[in-house]
Amino acid sequence: MQDRNYDFFKYRKVTSGLSIALVVISALFFGVLGLNYGIDFKGGSMIMIKDDKTAVIGEYRELLNSMNLGDFNITEVFDPAKSLGASSEKTFLIRIEQSQGDQAAQSEVISDVRELINKKFSKALFLQADSVGAKVSGELVQKGIISIVLAVCAVLIYVWLRFEWQFAIGAIAALIHDVLITIGVFSVLRLEFNLAIIAALLTIIGYSLNDTVVVFDRVRENLKKNSKSLLEIVLNNSVNETLSRTIRTSVTTLLALIALFVFGGDVLRGFVSALIIGVVVGSYSSVFIASRILLILGVKRDWNNVGSKAGTQFSNIDA
Amino acid sequence: MTIFMPCLVALWISVPNFNYSNVEIINDAVLADGEAEAVQEVRKKLPFWPDWLPNKLINLGLDLRGGAQVLVEVILEDSYSENITGYWGDLRKILRSQRENIGSFRRTGQFGENLTLEFESFEKASQAEKLLTLKIYPVSDLSILKPEYIEVLRSGKRLTIELSNLQKESINKLTMEKSLEIIRRRVDEAGTREPSIQRQGDSRILVQVPGMGSAEELLQLIGKTARLTFHKVSGQKTTSEHQLDSDQIILPDEGGNNYFILEQVPVVSGESLTNAQPSFDQNNRPAVSFQFNPTAGRKFGDYTKSNIGEPFAIVLDGVVISAPVIQSHIPGGTGIITGSFSVDESNRLAILLRAGALPAGIRVLEQRTVGPELGADSIQSGKVAAIVGGVFVLLFMIFIYRTFGLFANLALMINMVLIIAVLTTIGATLTLPGIAGIVLTIGMAVDANVIIFERIKEEIKRKKNTFDAVKNGYEMALSSIIDANVTTFIAAVVLFCFGSGPIKGFSITLGVGILTSVFTAIYVTRLFILMYLNWFKPKTFLV
Repeated sequence: MQDRNYDFFKYRKVTSGLSIALVVISALFFGVLGLNYGIDFKGGSMIMIKDDKTAVIGEYRELLNSMNLGDFNITEVFDPAKSLGASSEKTFLIRIEQSQGDQAAQSEVISDVRELINKKFSKALFLQADSVGAKVSGELVQKGIISIVLAVCAVLIYVWLRFEWQFAIGAIAALIHDVLITIGVFSVLRLEFNLAIIAALLTIIGYSLNDTVVVFDRVRENLKKNSKSLLEIVLNNSVNETLSRTIRTSVTTLLALIALFVFGGDVLRGFVSALIIGVVVGSYSSVFIASRILLILGVKRDWNNVGSKAGTQFSNIDA
Repeated sequence: MTIFMPCLVALWISVPNFNYSNVEIINDAVLADGEAEAVQEVRKKLPFWPDWLPNKLINLGLDLRGGAQVLVEVILEDSYSENITGYWGDLRKILRSQRENIGSFRRTGQFGENLTLEFESFEKASQAEKLLTLKIYPVSDLSILKPEYIEVLRSGKRLTIELSNLQKESINKLTMEKSLEIIRRRVDEAGTREPSIQRQGDSRILVQVPGMGSAEELLQLIGKTARLTFHKVSGQKTTSEHQLDSDQIILPDEGGNNYFILEQVPVVSGESLTNAQPSFDQNNRPAVSFQFNPTAGRKFGDYTKSNIGEPFAIVLDGVVISAPVIQSHIPGGTGIITGSFSVDESNRLAILLRAGALPAGIRVLEQRTVGPELGADSIQSGKVAAIVGGVFVLLFMIFIYRTFGLFANLALMINMVLIIAVLTTIGATLTLPGIAGIVLTIGMAVDANVIIFERIKEEIKRKKNTFDAVKNGYEMALSSIIDANVTTFIAAVVLFCFGSGPIKGFSITLGVGILTSVFTAIYVTRLFILMYLNWFKPKTFLV
């Protein structure tokens, strides 16, 4: 295999511009359109029903319309695994909005819907029926935000302790980039944003850092080896040296994720979509964003006080 | 060898999980009756699973098993008013004993979280306030009121008496303990398997019942206070507006068309029941028969004896469910409640009465139902996704790294076994996101090996001999591997601390997966590679 040496900083204006544009667009969409919050965060009810192929969504809608439920919507769930195998079933998702000022769960609404649908559609099977009161959903939003902020702070401190503050800034920039773009995609595509997506975002934070840290580790090593070369060259070499690892790990992770997306069932699909977006964006950012920030901030070049023997740098903690 | 030992132990521990449904049936049989013969019967019917093999299984979460979950909030304030009402007798006695100083007084309004007393004048009210706040009044052994239990506020000639914060706290504690116990009893009575009833925070209870058809069904069991009381009926009206004496209450019947004026203090109440069973009345309509304890039984007997021909109200949670006329003296403390029940309802009411009344009302904050079909579907899709994802990753690794890829793949499989073994041992609950965590780990676990192999490759380019290349590769990769995995592990820990239910399941498998994958990547593959180098002495590798 021949040595690769791509110049990752050659098009820095393009890549940085693209990233900034994507982040700004994501933030705009998030600000203007908001997110399609699931019942975890908004309160309300969600009912998933399985029926056979002949079921007509319009009939369901008509029935629900007659019930005076307030704001509701019903959609058919898309399932790639089932559409491959010419499925004999259809899955419908009904969402019912929480009425204003109602703190408790809508127990009665769910039992009414269940009763009526069972009466009218004999083949309908209730797969799932959840209801979350506004009180709990408010707390879940708060918990979600706290957990993301906490995770970011924790890894920031870790990277700062293990490397230098410039690295920490670079890593955090890459991470915020990844999380924001993932949120942006969710906003644009109106994908449901629920508790599982918070979990996905936290995993993306972990993964994005995982990628970035491997690159940084190499940067640190190369800085020790070549204290004289230009920072730009050292950074570019480090990214090149770790490139095949970055790609290969992303590929294996994506292979697993795509298998989950196709075969993992309806419940996981949103969660897995978030992870797929995050892994793609995360790999991109560890190549183009993290090292770019290092180049802008500049790094301490005097690493000679730490052991220069290769292979022992594991024990060096640069606090 | 020290590396293989934990792997073999892990395989031993994880093995029952590969035959989940059968081992579960056997475990259930052992649980149901410990008798050896019955268990042997069950064993015989099933495919090979000898009893010397381990039988501990991973717990499946509600989303995989199907079942119902509700999060309820206990309305703690409910029990405040009950306590205040209970103190009223003592309070009245104390104040009356000082009548020469504070004059006469009267209670205004209904019993609630607090109690308001009106005195003749401002001075008299402050006298009474002094008496109560200085806590100098005599407390007899019999009284339930202790000075530190209450807080007194005065405005004008009125005193408002409420519970002190200290007392509220101890009442909260008692109310929560009692609520947990009653809910547990009711869920157990309904005969469901492995319910989980947990307290969350100050006032919440999370109830999870695998196998229950719907959250609504669960709520019918735990959502009702089931406070049963028997009252003397003073009158019957068609509207709720009526001038009441201070010791009377007015309550509707089930249809809400008739109202009964009742004496507030019940003759007997459900707390004195020793048993309740579903049954049928003379007309073969579903009913609930009950049995009082001796004290209440005597009271009930005496009351019926002296009130023959009078109506008598049976009240459940503030609704008069039946108001029969007493036909004769009912001795022995047994009775029957007839109302407009269905058979299901009478069964349920009997359970509720046996388990006892909740000390306070509850509010449903969240309810979730996963149908058994979805649970089974999820397990199936999770399995398929894991296998397909796994095969893709295995093929990819062999395609890229050839022989070394094979080692990484072996390590990956050992990694899977380790994860399952650890999850089984620590009693973790496997959820659908948990399966996603395992599949994600499949993808990420090879990362450590990729880092190592890329390093070894670089070392070989520097014309190192194979042994040195492997040695250096491992050493140099270690720092990256640790850093990379610690960051993901931090995210997993945060998820574990803040997540609930399924999310927690994900964080556990992710966290465990990170630990085991680092172990297998660093130790297991290295062992394979060294063995390979020793036995085959290849000149070149990693094309």
